[in-house]
Order: sequence, then C-alpha cells, then structure tokens
Amino acid sequence: MSKLKLIIQREFNAKVRNKSFLIMTFLAPLLIAGLGFLIAFLTQKNDEKVKEIVYVDESGLFSKDNFNDSKTIKYQDYSAIGIDETKKKVENGDFYGVLYVPKKESIELLAKSIEFYSKETPGMSLMGVIEGKVETHFRNLKLTNFGIDLKKIKASKINSDIKMFNFSGQESSKLNNALKIAAGLIAGVLLQIFVVIYGTSVMRSVIEEKTSRIVEIIVSSVKPFQLMLGKIIGNASAGLLQFLIWGVLIFIISSVLSFVFGIDMVEMQSSKIPADQLSAAKETVSPDKLQLLIQEVYRLPFLKLFILFIYYFIGGFFLYSSLFAAIGAAVDNETDTQQFLLPINLPLVLALYVGVFAVQNDPNGPIVTILSMIPFTSPIVMLMRVPFGVPWYELAISMALLLVTFVFMVWFSAKIYRVGILMYGKKPTYKDLYKWLKY
Amino acid sequence: MNNLLEIKNIVKTYGDFTALNDVSISIPKGSVFGLLGPNGAGKTSLIRIINQITMPDSGEVYLDGEPLAPKDVDYIGYMPEERGLYKNMKVGEQALYLAQLKGLSKREAKKRLKYWFDKFDISAWWDKKIEELSKGMAQKIQFIVTVMHKPKLLIFDEPFSGFDPINAKLIAKEILQLRDEGATIIFSTHRMESVEEMCDYIALIDKSNKILEGKLDDIKREFRSNTFQIGLETANPKEVEAKLKESYDVYPADFRTINDGLKLNIKLKDIRESNNLLSFLTTKGQVQHFEELVPDANEIFIQAINKNI
Repeated sequence: MSKLKLIIQREFNAKVRNKSFLIMTFLAPLLIAGLGFLIAFLTQKNDEKVKEIVYVDESGLFSKDNFNDSKTIKYQDYSAIGIDETKKKVENGDFYGVLYVPKKESIELLAKSIEFYSKETPGMSLMGVIEGKVETHFRNLKLTNFGIDLKKIKASKINSDIKMFNFSGQESSKLNNALKIAAGLIAGVLLQIFVVIYGTSVMRSVIEEKTSRIVEIIVSSVKPFQLMLGKIIGNASAGLLQFLIWGVLIFIISSVLSFVFGIDMVEMQSSKIPADQLSAAKETVSPDKLQLLIQEVYRLPFLKLFILFIYYFIGGFFLYSSLFAAIGAAVDNETDTQQFLLPINLPLVLALYVGVFAVQNDPNGPIVTILSMIPFTSPIVMLMRVPFGVPWYELAISMALLLVTFVFMVWFSAKIYRVGILMYGKKPTYKDLYKWLKY
Repeated sequence: MNNLLEIKNIVKTYGDFTALNDVSISIPKGSVFGLLGPNGAGKTSLIRIINQITMPDSGEVYLDGEPLAPKDVDYIGYMPEERGLYKNMKVGEQALYLAQLKGLSKREAKKRLKYWFDKFDISAWWDKKIEELSKGMAQKIQFIVTVMHKPKLLIFDEPFSGFDPINAKLIAKEILQLRDEGATIIFSTHRMESVEEMCDYIALIDKSNKILEGKLDDIKREFRSNTFQIGLETANPKEVEAKLKESYDVYPADFRTINDGLKLNIKLKDIRESNNLLSFLTTKGQVQHFEELVPDANEIFIQAINKNI
C-alpha cells in the first residue's frame, strides 16, 4: 500500500510541477474569462452602430407605422424620391440599404417581389427583423381582407403557463427545466473534458515511462497493476486540483471583471439569443421572475447531484483512463495510438451528443435510458438525466453496472498493460492485444 | 549446496513461442554468475521471471531456500540492459523515489545515496535533471539506484555497455567488491572478455534451452583440446614438421612473434604427452614458443552453440 502511495505522489508531483500544467491552470481561466468578456464587449459595441435603412414603397400599402425604429435600426420613407435615386444614395453610403416594395396586383405576388439593396451583404438577424415586419403587415392585411377584426385577434391572445408537478410534490417550471438541462449539461461536459484531457495524460505518462525504459526498473519493485493504479489516481488528483483552481479563478475573475466593467451578466446572455426569441426571454427574466430563478437554482437537488457527480466522475474516469493506460502500454509512441483511440472516443462523443439533444427532448426516453445504463456512456448521460429525477432502480442498475465494468476494465487493462510495457519495437494489432490477455 | 538462487524446471511460453524450455540453474551464494547466450536465447525472459516481472508457466524459483515471494523484490537489485530513468525528474529526487520503492525509508535512502554520491564524486548532480547529464553520467546513477538497497541478489544485464573503459573498470571493481561483501551477482552479457575477467560460474542459454552450466574453470577444462602452439627456430623446418606429423595431428599456426621459425599447432592425444613433445622439440632446435591453447569463454560460447544446432 505504501508503494502505491509513493507512486501516486510521484505521478501527482510530476503532473503538477510540469510547466504546461502550471500555465494551463493559471492562464486558462484568465483566457476563458477574458475571451468571454471580449466577446460580450465586442458584441455590445457592434450592436451600438445604428443602421439607417430607407424604404421605397410603390404599392402604397406600407406606412412609417409598419417600420418602428429600434435601438440599432432606423427607418426612413423615401418613396417620394423613387427607387433609382435612392439606390444611388445607398451606393454613395448615405444609408445602409434600401427596401424596395414594387406595385403588384395581389399581396401574394407582392410578397415574393420585395427587394433589398445594400452595399454589403446584410446579416441574417437584420433580414430576419425586416422580413418579420413585412410579414406581420401582410398577415394583418389579409386578415382584414377576410373580414376578421384585428382587435379581436389581439384580444384572443392568451399566455398559458402550465405548471408542472411531479409526485414528490415539487412544482417545476419551464425555467426549472432549463436549469436542469444546464446543470446536467455542465456536469456531463465537465466529465467528458476531464476524461479526455486526463485520460490522455495517463496514456502519455505510460508511453513516457516506456520510451525512457524506466518501466522495467519500476516493475521490478512494484506490481504493474500498482503502477497503473497509482498513475490513474495521481493524474486524477492533479486533474481535480486543476478543475478546483479553475472554478475558483473563473469565479473570482468574472466577479472582478463584471464589477470593473459593469457588464450585466443577464444582458450579456440575452444578447446571444436570436431576435425572435429575445422578447420571450426578456419576458421570462422580468424582475419578479429573477427572484424565482434564484429560488429554482436553490431547489435543484444539489446534494444528490453532487454525490452522483463524484460517483460517476470517478467511475467514468477510472473506466476510461485504465483503457488509456492500456493503449499507452501497447504502443511505442503517441502517433501509434490513433487506431486504438477511436473506439474510446466514440462512446464519449456519442454520449455527449445524445445528452445534449435527446435528454433535452425527453429525459426518460428509451434511447436515453439505455445509454444511461451502458457503462461507457452512462457517466455522461446519467449525469444529464439526474436533475430531472431518475427512478431509483434505474440509478441503482446504472451505478452497479458501472462499478462492475469499471473493476473488469481495470483488470482487463492491467493485463494488456503488464505485457505491453515490456514490448518494444512492434506496433501491435488488436489480435496481438487479444493474445496478450492470455500471457 | 549453498545456493542463493535455485531455478527449477522453468517453462515460459508466449503464445506459440517457447522462450524458456525446462530451464534449471543453480546460482551459488557469493559468486559472480555469468548468464550467457546469443540474442533472443531467453536470458531476459529468465531475468524477468527472477524479478517477478513475469510469471513462469511452470517451474519454481527459490531464493535462499524459500519459494520466491512478492516481498523478495526488496532483496533484488536489477539493472536492465535498456537503461532508463525519468528524463525530467531531478537526479536526487529520482534516486530517493526508486530507493523508497525498494522499501528503504526516506532517511535511510538519503544516507546511502550520500555515501554513493560521495564515492563517485557526483554530489553536484543532485539537483540536475537526467536529461542534462551525459549518457555515462546517467549510467552511474543507474548503477547506484540498482545497488543502494544492498540487495543479496544483483542482476546486471550488459552492465558495461555505454561506459567508457575507465568507468567500466570502476563499475567492475564495485561489482567485485559487492560480491566480496556477500552479494550474489548475476551477470548477463555477450562480451566474453568481461566474462573471463569477472565470472566464477557461467550458464549458457541457447534457443530457450540451457546447454551448459558450471564453474568457468571446469568448463574450460572440459573444452580443452590438448592442443599446443609451438614456435621453433630450426635449420630444417620441413623435416621437423614431417617427423611431428608421424605421431601427432599438426595444423598450421598463425601467431605473431619476432622470429621467423616454424609455427605449428599440435594436437596431442593426451595432455601428459606434452613433456615428450617438448623434449623432442628441444633436440631439433631452439624452442621459442610453447603454450597450451586453452579455449577462452568466447570459443566455448561459439563451440557450444555450434554443437547445439
């Protein structure tokens, strides 16, 4: 046992004292926080530029009322000047662009023949806004033509907000759902990043010992299994430390930056949402709802989440990093690892995609449920499901399967590792690896 | 029998390939034991089994009369042929780590390291990284980490490769001193001149089988061919040679002397005939050279392996 401790200590120190680790640990949060604020800052500045748009309406169906100015887009009626003259003005750079509405017999025809001229290709969101305005107006015109009273339509609008309950008596809301998705997503993505970064690091460390040939000296003092386990635990501890530092640093830096620059986090987030969802989102984050948000955050099953997070985190990491160690032992240099890395990365990527798309749609759907059982995808997928509430027996099966597979995989990898670390020169095939299991 | 290590009927296969086929070797306590054999004969497989890095398919290894147990790794020091240390770890830190893995306490390891670093006059390297050292310097560190836990069994695989002659001599001296202090040494090599110099006993492994084992002097006696190399200053070489051919097998000899006389290899039927030969030669001229051709380890090696084909 004390030899295992020595190995863990050495692996941890070797990792932590490495210059690239120090740089990554302390620079990455600065970069991430800095980049985030740079993006927010630039987006804000970018949006502040006002675009002046003129329209030439020959159909006579539009008025200035249909083109309400917004903070960044201003409209002017140039119908009197005529399209040719206006185009020249746009070309000269007097305005950003001109919307040309010709005269047509019917609204349907007209809807297809409206044109927009500008010197540069306008952004998607700008065109979306203008199209939206035109479409709304046409729809209103048609509704009036059908003899429908627009006022009644307006009066018929009703906001329904279905309140959701589960049987533990908790009230949940859409907002709560969004939070659950976010919590699950963060946990899953963190796990995936961790497995890839630190799994690869375990693999590199094995390859390094192999190429520097010290491994033969080490295994004449300790069991290969101890060495492998020590490596995995040492790297995992270094990784957890790094994540912890990152978390603390990002929190500190973003607090400081947002205090200094006064960038409002809520506004920053909403600026990323496309224009048509913006109003809906704004509605959600009205002041009294903000309080609800905080309440909802506190209502997430934190303790349960945390415990499960640790369990799946450790289980998933051991499962994968033992495989990474086996791969490192099988090859002589990193370029040879490609063919073996693919089958490892595949389930990780699959889990993440399924997690992102399927869990959102139906956290208890059949595919999601199956993937949250299979040990190679369960750590990520299950972590994403947990905030929505998972039946206890599914959780139990998933955790048990992970435990069994994890023990089996460590044993399996140790067999390959034991033989592989002493094999030099030949790039092994899958068939060789199978043979090694029997040595 | 006072053997430190008894290897009994070891069989080791890798898939279809047999690396060791029923190999038994006894290694006497306090000896320098040469484990010889061509590349791929199975030496490294055997050494790994002694080090418990791999397990044999069948057969046993006894250390000091007891079956080899996991704790015994602390009593064995092993320097593999492919030397290796952590390249970006500091020398001192690394040596401490490896010593602790061999079961020394940190304090004890420090004390012994200081002794060796002083002895080799390399204390200044303590805080250097291995990648900053030359190959020969790294080899010295490697030697120290192999012997510092004072193991009763030391295994050196090609210990002199990579050393310049001066350092090779230094290491050879240290190895012999360790033997004199009671350690038993297994010495695996292709370099036969170092076998002559160092080994008391040898075993020869070829194609997974042990083909020779014993005290080096005994083996030499076994391989002697009763051949004498002679040099004779004589007026009538042709006649002397013809006369010799009547009673012995005579072959031309090629050795370097300052005289141009008759040079021959003469094979006797019995070693006791050597006096007769000498007295015959003295009657025919001036004897300048008279020497028994004792096979050196190199010849034994080649002969034994050729016989094994």
